[in-house]
Amino acid sequence: MSITTKDVEHVAKLARLDLTQEEKEVFTEQLSAILKYAEKLNELDTEGVEATTHVLHLSNVMREDVTHESLPAEKVFLNAPDEEDGQFKVPAVLE
Amino acid sequence: MSLFDLRLQELHNKLHKRELSVTDLVGEAFTAIEKKDSQIQAYLTLDEAGARAVAARLDDKLLTNEPKGLLFGLPVGIKDNLVTEGLRTTCASQFLSNYDPIYDATAVTKLKQADTVTIGKLNMDEFAMGGSNENSSFQKTRNPWNLSRVPGGSSGGSAAAVAAGEAYFTLGSDTGGSIRQPASYCGVVGLKPTYGRVSRYGLVAFASSLDQIGPVTKNVEDAAYVLQAIAGYDPKDSTSANVEVSDYLSALTGDIQGLRIGVPKQYLEGLEASVKACVLEALRVLEGLGAVWEEVSLPHTEYAVAAYYLLASSEASSNLSRFDGVRYGVRADHAGSLLDLYHASRSQGFGPEVKRRIMLGTYALSSGYYDAYYLKAQKVRTLIKRDFDEVFEKYDVIVGPTAPTTAFELGSQVNDPLTMYMNDILTIPVSLAGVPALSVPCGFADGLPVGLQIIGKAFDESTILRTAHAYEAHTDHHKQRPIL
Repeated sequence: MSITTKDVEHVAKLARLDLTQEEKEVFTEQLSAILKYAEKLNELDTEGVEATTHVLHLSNVMREDVTHESLPAEKVFLNAPDEEDGQFKVPAVLE
Repeated sequence: MSLFDLRLQELHNKLHKRELSVTDLVGEAFTAIEKKDSQIQAYLTLDEAGARAVAARLDDKLLTNEPKGLLFGLPVGIKDNLVTEGLRTTCASQFLSNYDPIYDATAVTKLKQADTVTIGKLNMDEFAMGGSNENSSFQKTRNPWNLSRVPGGSSGGSAAAVAAGEAYFTLGSDTGGSIRQPASYCGVVGLKPTYGRVSRYGLVAFASSLDQIGPVTKNVEDAAYVLQAIAGYDPKDSTSANVEVSDYLSALTGDIQGLRIGVPKQYLEGLEASVKACVLEALRVLEGLGAVWEEVSLPHTEYAVAAYYLLASSEASSNLSRFDGVRYGVRADHAGSLLDLYHASRSQGFGPEVKRRIMLGTYALSSGYYDAYYLKAQKVRTLIKRDFDEVFEKYDVIVGPTAPTTAFELGSQVNDPLTMYMNDILTIPVSLAGVPALSVPCGFADGLPVGLQIIGKAFDESTILRTAHAYEAHTDHHKQRPIL
């Protein structure tokens, strides 16, 4: 199926991306081509076929409920763009 | 003969016989990098001081009776999406251009426990998305066999460094072919283990149901050594498999008498003629060693690329939502609100291919399209996996080319994502099925290497290593070196 620039703008918002006008145009064209190619999958009848989410047969991987050492806070903040009093600092969320 | 021509086992023996020191090996690596890497551009970050310090410690250890690790004294280069404590890890993205991890990936921890020496971090396509290394935000790695060609990707730096003799061995990661395809393009051995064989803890996630870490080496024996060191269950990765690790070295018997090989007819279609000729010649060699091959069918092969790009992009769009400029990575200048901060940081931090896949994945997972794209692709994945299950009921391994062509020209496919995606058509189905596969050099076409892909049953890395090792012992493609 073909997608529109409006679709691209909507998806960009969901993905928390700002796109330039040029990016919007290029992505509209490229994503349309990729999705059109993906329609190939509709040639296959998958009625009753189970979905593979994962190739290993795993379920409910359990461990003992014991605490382990966690990363030391002072190290965790080494990569923080902004921090204060042992917390990551971001712009105010509430006015 | 250069030290880079020796097998890891030979280097190991020389260290134990004191014919070489770890410091010599590390020094030789940095000399080679100094000489060649301005051309190849495989390394993003080097840690000469750190490597020399570890080498000195290991040289001291060599004089003691302390137990030595399996890969004692061997320098290694690591793909830049495996986190290394205190050593910059960027995933070749501007977003992480300032990121110094505070812990090691489990595969890196295991290498350190095996007494290796980390020399640096290797270039890749940004966040492992791409097949040419042209999506790196920092530099374009060149193919050592022809500097106007791409090394493949996404583990292009890992493959090029080994091929160029700038690394004794490296680690890469493979989601849809990212170890095997560059190994094929660069004429080295690349092994993607079974999904779950190697812990993904500390591998920056791209597509979590597909990502797997593996070695890139000059020969099959080296790959077996490295896999031995990094394989195994890890409580820190609940998707790592609690399956006993085999003795991969003892699997290298040289005997493949009676081995049953399935050759998918779909894997011989649409190939460059010279690639096909190399693969058919390789099958003759295997036959000469007592293996039996027959044509088989993996009927859903043609659907794999479409299913893969929906699944991998969907998983990526979710995984990469963690990059928001709050806890680590580059925070962009922004207008003020928290939402502005997310938008500005992500728009500035990610390159075009990463944005494209985030967009595709977000679309495929969005309300109204989930069933048509994501769920449909998961069902097709089941059909693809069944194809492999059926062939493996009768055959021990599946053999074919790793890629339909040899390495292409830099710049020739950058504006055409779909064409670029098709380079992975022979590696992607294997990733979707979760089974192990390796690429071993099987010849040259116009001076560029061709790779033979050997695919095995889940957790049967031993048989593909044994097959590749027997093949390699009767050919000398893997001994060829590019002239630099």
